[in-house]
Amino acid sequence: MAETLDYSWPAKEKRRVIGKPLPRIDGYAKSSGRAKYAYDVHRPGMLYGALLTCPHAHARITSIDTSAAEKSPGVMAVDLMARPGEEIQYAGYEIASVAATTLEQARDAVRKIKVAYEVLPHLVDERDLAKAGSRAKASGEQVSGDPDQAFKEADVVSEGFYGIPVLTHCCMEAHGQVIEWKPDRFDYWPSTQNVSGVGGDLAKVLEIPATNVHTHMEAMGGGFGSKFSHDRIGETCARLSRKAGGRPVKLFLDRSTELEIAGNRPSFFARIKLAAKKDGMVTAWESESWATGGPGGANLPAGSLPYVFRGVPNKRMTHTSVSINAAPQRAWRAPNNPQLSYLTCAAMEDLAAKLNMDPVEFFHKNLEYAGAPGPDVFRAQLQKAAELAEWKKLWRPRGQSGPGPVKRGLGIGFNMWYGLGHASRALTRIHPDGSVEVEIGSQDLGTGTRTVIAMVAAETLGLPVSAIKVKIGENAYPPSGASGGSTTVGGVSASTRKSSMNALVKLFEVVSDALGAPPGELEAVGGKIQVKGNPSKSITWQAACKKLGTKTIQEMGENAQRGPGGLINGGAGGVQIADVSVDTETGLVKMNRMVAVQDCGLIINPKTAESQVYGAVMLSIAGALFEERIMDQITGRMLNPGFEFYKLPGIGDVGEIIVHLNVEPEHDKRGVIGLGEPPVVGGIAAIANAVANAIGVRVPVVPLTPDKVLKALEGRA
Amino acid sequence: MQAFEYARPSTVQEAVSLLGNSWEDANLLAGGTDLLSLMKDYIHTPKRLVSLKGIKELEGIRKSAGGLRIGALVTLEELLRNPDVRKEYPSLAAAARGVASPQMRNMGTVGGDLCQRPRCWYFRLGFGLLAKGPNGESLVPSGDNRYHAIFNNRGPAYFVSASSFGPPLVALGATVNLVSPSGTRELPVEKFFVAPATENARENVLAPNEILTEILVPPAAGVRNATYEVRQKMALDYPLATASVALRMRGNTVASARIVLGHVAPVPWRAQAAEKALTGKTLNAAAIEEAAKAAVQGATPLSMNGYKVQLASVAVKRALEEAAQART
Amino acid sequence: MKKKKPEPGVTRRGFIRGVGLGSGVAGAGILETEAAAAPAVQVVGPGPAQVTLKVNGKQHTLNLEPRVTLLDALRDHLNYTGAKKVCDRASCGACTVIVGGKAVYACNMLAIEAQGQDIQTVESLSSGNKYHPLITAFVENDAQQCGFCTPGFVMAAKAFLEQNPNPTYEEVKAGLGGNLCRCGTYIGLRNAVLQAAKQMKGAANG
Repeated sequence: MAETLDYSWPAKEKRRVIGKPLPRIDGYAKSSGRAKYAYDVHRPGMLYGALLTCPHAHARITSIDTSAAEKSPGVMAVDLMARPGEEIQYAGYEIASVAATTLEQARDAVRKIKVAYEVLPHLVDERDLAKAGSRAKASGEQVSGDPDQAFKEADVVSEGFYGIPVLTHCCMEAHGQVIEWKPDRFDYWPSTQNVSGVGGDLAKVLEIPATNVHTHMEAMGGGFGSKFSHDRIGETCARLSRKAGGRPVKLFLDRSTELEIAGNRPSFFARIKLAAKKDGMVTAWESESWATGGPGGANLPAGSLPYVFRGVPNKRMTHTSVSINAAPQRAWRAPNNPQLSYLTCAAMEDLAAKLNMDPVEFFHKNLEYAGAPGPDVFRAQLQKAAELAEWKKLWRPRGQSGPGPVKRGLGIGFNMWYGLGHASRALTRIHPDGSVEVEIGSQDLGTGTRTVIAMVAAETLGLPVSAIKVKIGENAYPPSGASGGSTTVGGVSASTRKSSMNALVKLFEVVSDALGAPPGELEAVGGKIQVKGNPSKSITWQAACKKLGTKTIQEMGENAQRGPGGLINGGAGGVQIADVSVDTETGLVKMNRMVAVQDCGLIINPKTAESQVYGAVMLSIAGALFEERIMDQITGRMLNPGFEFYKLPGIGDVGEIIVHLNVEPEHDKRGVIGLGEPPVVGGIAAIANAVANAIGVRVPVVPLTPDKVLKALEGRA
Repeated sequence: MQAFEYARPSTVQEAVSLLGNSWEDANLLAGGTDLLSLMKDYIHTPKRLVSLKGIKELEGIRKSAGGLRIGALVTLEELLRNPDVRKEYPSLAAAARGVASPQMRNMGTVGGDLCQRPRCWYFRLGFGLLAKGPNGESLVPSGDNRYHAIFNNRGPAYFVSASSFGPPLVALGATVNLVSPSGTRELPVEKFFVAPATENARENVLAPNEILTEILVPPAAGVRNATYEVRQKMALDYPLATASVALRMRGNTVASARIVLGHVAPVPWRAQAAEKALTGKTLNAAAIEEAAKAAVQGATPLSMNGYKVQLASVAVKRALEEAAQART
Repeated sequence: MKKKKPEPGVTRRGFIRGVGLGSGVAGAGILETEAAAAPAVQVVGPGPAQVTLKVNGKQHTLNLEPRVTLLDALRDHLNYTGAKKVCDRASCGACTVIVGGKAVYACNMLAIEAQGQDIQTVESLSSGNKYHPLITAFVENDAQQCGFCTPGFVMAAKAFLEQNPNPTYEEVKAGLGGNLCRCGTYIGLRNAVLQAAKQMKGAANG
């Protein structure tokens, strides 16, 4: 019978839980400090670990002597993470670890490890491509159409240079874990985006059966794409535990190492040339770009420029990947998209300024070239965003924002993302006492995954959200994908919908006789099971479940990898408009407001969905105005591995944020689409364009700090 | 942190007796916001910490005919909330407010602010106060010096004084009392800060066995004073440049002026050309503009910090504008 | 080499005069010279010493090295894990607790320095199903995502509202500048603090 079930979402007007702005169900646990993160796990007899990292950007280890550390008070285990002869490619690389009775003792012991290095020449700064030498690897030209001819025939040509530096993930909870490695049992408390998979991956490296690994994670303090792997710190933590006779070991990166090695987003720099007709239609794109993501460099994914405006007919692109001696990149919320959006939207808005066109009109026209979700969606969003940003009232042509030292400006940025759902299995249990639980080997990164699961189950079973017990964060639960690519909400909402409906049908079968109707004629509404549309023929949920006797209903539901189907979808887009004020005497940029219009299909919880957009916008404000990884070419070190100089905005630094989520029927009917990624994409472009609009000149490289803003203003004068 | 002994004396004399002759022997602990970070990074590795928190005589703000006495242990928050400070010393209140974290203001002390170590990132990474590279030369001139000095920066020191209260206290002509086994010395705050010439020297004159006990600020009657800070963030963030001004007025005319820049030199930096430019002038827009220009005359920016010249000039202009509007 | 290891929990009295310095031997009074007619000042450490902390009204006696921070004492020795370790350098506020009525960064305060004062952690703001209005306001306004910075913000907000019971929106923005969030919960945070202020005032009036 299950295969004939119609799992589709209830019609919008019939939804009682889905679509309601409900507070997250783990909110009280988090705000009260009761939620236990991996960093909070405290086990009997637990040891504390500390790491020794390499201070050189490029070096060969000549010797390591751990003898003094081994004898240091309180030390229970020492583990070597690198060997003499090994060539180290970046500062912060882990060399050895120690476990001791107290954290202080572990750190004392680490300082007693003696490592000798042969220091090798390094490159840590990719901004000046000319200095990259053999570390720069150019890939071939990508050409489509006839760019040369298009530039010849152009009415207007605009050229510019744009850059966006390396950022770090900066998770508030550092990377790390607690591990207890007993002979037949391996307990693992990681901070991970990959509850179902990370334990098995680690087991493989440690050569132990995956069946021994028990992964536990109640809450996690931020990942943003950097926490898919167990990392080298996971391996060494395990070995420390084993060497210490199976005692639990807690090992987390300290903040400076976290910022140095635990994930970063590649830079992107480009010289871009655009051709257009007088009417504003872009006819050709030419770009020479370069980027780094650490020792492996960073490539330009084919066909990714121009961003969103993919249909520009004539294009030529070259790209150079620069390998540097800094820690490798990791996926960063919408990998590459914020950079590509910035390069594209900035170059296009500069062209609009050269054409003396209103950017709204200019982009509207060129959205003809837009890929998914398509010109119509983007155009409607642009119009809505312009309205919310009071564009007609506030916008002035570039550099004409009036007298006085403080200039106001508006700017536009676009985003797009793929979504769909990862592979996910859910298990719904209905117990004879009426209680319900949903088990999924998933994780809640703060996106509201737990709450979404509860809401979908509650909607499906006709129960209040409080009646659903959501169990996630254990690899003993049915496997569900890693949280990346905005695929979690699609995956878990589809699997939960299916498992809960499968379970409900079993309950219908049990009460079918009592209600005098076949299971297919029943529905679960308002804590009752009733004959469809006939509340007089009903039985309470409790009474129905009592009929199960001693038998618990237990049903699975599955979403196949990127599975199609009516429940979920992919391909979202959005438009953001920034409103800034720039003090042209100090170069300080102040956010007045950011408008974010976003499409994300059917919205399960508008409250947590909105929070995702707020957060994404704030990340783009941080990237546009404050944060960058600063590497020192002389010493090879990261100069700002702490929050004093790795600047993140505070509560007063982000202005106002207006979120508009598309909930119109044409969006709703597409099904659930993940929202984590897309709204983080366009903000940097919007803010940079707003600054250019305000001060009349492009500040080419973000973040737009006073030094750069004043320099750009000087160049204009 | 390296392990250390801890003592909590209740008098200054006891505290002094617990100190040593070198910085490695003992350090003074007040708010701890800077010291413990330095110790966690092994920049400071004292064998003993002497807590000042038990010493009552280091507390309190007292106003008298002789001016304002600020105990070294007065927290930034206490200073900010003090009615006399708010009314008569807006330049000090603004500096306290500029430390935009209530937690930092609750913990940090005025004495600790004056004694905090430079924020130079090479220093904080362990390359020493003078940021020496492998060949003994300073890393700063050819390295990333976006936050470094634009005055008094011909070496060997290139860092900027990080003190929030240094500039307003110098502008107000304040003095500090320093107590050591050999007695008490009182000296102008301006003389307290020095640019070190060697790696073992410090950015102030305090000896390892000496305690900064109190700050004495002359009466503010007839002195218009203001501080303006250029900071990137509204949240906790060190300023990029600041200016503190103290103007003794005769009617609308500036009888004498003290103009001091912060975060531009290894010490709070007297802008004497600006003081001169303003003295005897009517305090109007033209005079302010001229003083703001004069304040940055002779600046010698490094490769990446030319923008700070402009910021310092603007800070002077805006501090003077505030002072011009202040009523005394 | 070590001459003598101090016994845990035993504190010594060092009679100190002058500044004559030993060779920095751990365990023996480093600066200790001849006993003289100077006042006695207790010197403890570098080994563990008895530290008594009053946390949420309850006294706890621990043996801690003087170098143990209040944050590590709370988290690792007393299992109060609501305060988080993020920057460990007094720059992010995730470790915020209230000591002696004032919000502080527990990461840059020594546990031994917090003796004799009331230490309030986020754990004091809930009991069973009862929650402080601030916590409820945080939940209702979704002032949290990953939640790792959240308890620090709750405690900073509590101290802020004690000083500013009727804050304006602008005052909230200026008054919580000692905390950072990476997920971007600031909009919810501002609204939560304003809502809590209203509710707490209502409760006080009622």
